[in-house]
Amino acid sequence: MQALVIVAHGSHLNPGSSEPTFEHADTIRATGAFDEVREAFWKEEPHFREALRTVAADEVYVVPLFISEGYFTEEVIPRELRLEGWDVEDWESGDGVSASHATYAAADVEKDVHYVGPAGTHDAMSDVIVRRAESVTGDPDVGDGFGLAVVGHGTKRNEHSARAIEYHADRIDEMGRFDEVQALFMDEEPEVDDVTDYFESDDVVVVPLFVADGYHTQEDIPEDMGLTEDYRDGWETPATVDGQRIWYAGAVGTEPLMADVLLERAADAGADVGDAVEQVREQTRVSPSPADD
Amino acid sequence: MDDALVDALLVAAEDGGVDCDGLVATVDDSDGYVFAAGDERHHGVDEERFRELAREHPRYVGNWRFWAQETPPGDDRVAFLRWLEGAEDEPLPDRLNRLEDGVETTWGQLHVTVTLADSGAAAPASQYHRQYTLRHAEDVHGEAPVDSADLTDHTDPLDARELSKHDDRNRYRPLKTAPTLQRGWRFPDLDPSALVRAVECFYPATIPNWHREREGDLDVDHWRDTAERQTGIYDVVEELPREAVEWVAEACCVDSQCTKRREWQYDEGEALEADGGDGTYPCREPCSLVVAAARKWTILEGETERTYEFDLTPSEKHQLEELIDAVADGRVDEIREADVGDGANRYRARYLRAKRFDDEGNLCGVPTTDGDE
Repeated sequence: MQALVIVAHGSHLNPGSSEPTFEHADTIRATGAFDEVREAFWKEEPHFREALRTVAADEVYVVPLFISEGYFTEEVIPRELRLEGWDVEDWESGDGVSASHATYAAADVEKDVHYVGPAGTHDAMSDVIVRRAESVTGDPDVGDGFGLAVVGHGTKRNEHSARAIEYHADRIDEMGRFDEVQALFMDEEPEVDDVTDYFESDDVVVVPLFVADGYHTQEDIPEDMGLTEDYRDGWETPATVDGQRIWYAGAVGTEPLMADVLLERAADAGADVGDAVEQVREQTRVSPSPADD
Repeated sequence: MDDALVDALLVAAEDGGVDCDGLVATVDDSDGYVFAAGDERHHGVDEERFRELAREHPRYVGNWRFWAQETPPGDDRVAFLRWLEGAEDEPLPDRLNRLEDGVETTWGQLHVTVTLADSGAAAPASQYHRQYTLRHAEDVHGEAPVDSADLTDHTDPLDARELSKHDDRNRYRPLKTAPTLQRGWRFPDLDPSALVRAVECFYPATIPNWHREREGDLDVDHWRDTAERQTGIYDVVEELPREAVEWVAEACCVDSQCTKRREWQYDEGEALEADGGDGTYPCREPCSLVVAAARKWTILEGETERTYEFDLTPSEKHQLEELIDAVADGRVDEIREADVGDGANRYRARYLRAKRFDDEGNLCGVPTTDGDE
C-alpha cells in the first residue's frame, strides 16, 4: 500500500486557508493512484505531529504544499514528523530550488517515509503559473501581447522564497510565450506596487506565488497595485491601472493543476502513480471562455 | 451459504488460520482441519465435514467474512469498529441479536448506531454487513432531540470536513475536538470504511491515538518536551512559568473546551493539578492552539506587576468578576436583553463604562502604564 500525505500550513483564524489542500487532495484521490490520500497541517488537525499515524500504508509520500525551501520544509516538518536522521543535504539542493526527495524511518510509526521538496519549487510549478494565467484570462492560448508578473514575498522575509519566484519567472520567460516576464516582490525592489512601471504590454497577468488566498493576496497586493482603493469593495478583472489592463489571478495554489505538482513530486520519489499525471492535466485544462468564441 | 464463502474460509484456514469472534478454522497437526464455533469444537475433520460444519454455522462464518473482507486496513480502525459494537464484551450470537436492533455509542459529540445492514437478506453472505448511522449526539439524546426526518442527509464521508469547519453560529472551529460541533446533519448509511473516514474527518487522529492507548503504547509528549522542541516565534514558550502551565491547562484543556482527555502533564513524573477530563480519546501533547496561546501568555507573563488604585462600589467589583466569568464560560449570548440583574448584561456593562471610563477608555481614569518605566 502507498499513501500520499499533503502537509500544509493551515490557519487558526482563516477557514479558507486549508481549502486548496483539500481540493488538490480530492483531485488526486479521484485518480485512484494512492490507497490513501490525507492532509495534515501546522495550524489545523491532524497536526504534522500525528500525520503519519493517520494512514495504514507502509509507504508514505509526504509532499509539502509550501512555496519555497526554508524554515518549514527543512526544519519544522521533518522535526514534527520525527524523521530519523533527517539532513537537508539529502535533498541535494544548494540553491534553494532543487530539493528532491529522500527516504526516512519515523520515530513513531513503522513506515518508509518519502519526504520530498516543496511543491513550489518543482519545475511543473511553472506550468501551473502559466495555467493560472490561462484561467484568469479565460484564454488557453494567452501569451501574445501579454506580460506576466510572478509575485512573492521579498528576500527580507525569506531568501529562498525570492529565489523560487525568480526561478519560475526565468523559466517562463525562456518558454517565449509571453512578451515579457518579471518577478516582483511585496517588500523589496522590484515592487509589485509599481507593476505598471515594469511592463510595456497593454495586458499584464499578475500571479502571486502563494498557496492559499488570504491577507496578502486578497487585501495587500490588490490595494498596493491600485486595483482598488479598498479591498472590501473588490476589483475588476482586468482592472485598468495607468492605462494598462491588470489581470490579477489571486493565489496560484488555488489553481486545480496544482494537484499535478503534488503528484509529480511523489512520482519523482518513486510513487507508482500510473497515468494520474495525465488524468489530472487533462481534467484541469482550461476551456476558452464563451466571450472568446 | 454459497460455496464461494466456504471456499474462502477453507483458504483462510490453510493460510494462517481464522480466529474471529468464537469461530476457529485452521489446519490440524494430524493433517485434518479444526473447526470451532462458540462452545462447539471439532478436530481432525476432513474437507467435506469442514464444509458441512461451515454451512451449519452461517452466523459465525458470515460474521467472519465481514471482518475479513469488508473492513478498512489498519489495526486501529478495525479495533474502533469492533469497539463500536461491543465486540469484546459479549459472545457473537448475543451480539448479532443486539445488532439487529442497533447498537449505539458516542465518540466525542458523535453518535454512532451500528446495525446489521439487511438482516432479512436472502443471501446469507450479506446478512452480516454492518451499516453505520452517524449523527450529532445532541440530535439523538440532547435536551432538544431532532427527528431524523429533519436532519440533512449526507452520503460522502468527506462532507464531514465541511460540517466540522464551522459551529452552529457559523464561527470557524480551529480546534476540531472542541465541543462545538454543529448539529442538524446525518450520515444515514455508511459502510465501515466510510464511517471510519467520516470520524477521521470530524476528529482527526483520535482513532489511532485511542488505539495506541488501549495497546499501552501511547506516546505522550509532556509540556516540557513540547515547549523545548519549539523554534522560531514559539521558542519563547519554554519560558512560561511552571504555575502558568497549570492555568493554561485549566483554561484550554478541560471538558468544556475540548472533548479530548488530556494525558500530557508538566513533565514525566510531574503531573498538573488541572483536571484532564473524561473524554473517550486521549490528548497526547499540547496542541497547536495551546502552543500559540502559550506564546501570548509567555509574553504577557514577562510583564512586572504594579499597583493600581481604583474606586469601585462592592457591586461594581463584583460586576467585573461576573463579566470575566461570562466571557470565560461563553455565556454572553445567553444573557437576556433586559436581564439587568446579571452583571454581564449589555446595559449593565454600558452603564459601568459610562460611569467609570474616561475618554481614553481608562478604568476610573487611571492610565495603564506601559512597560516597566
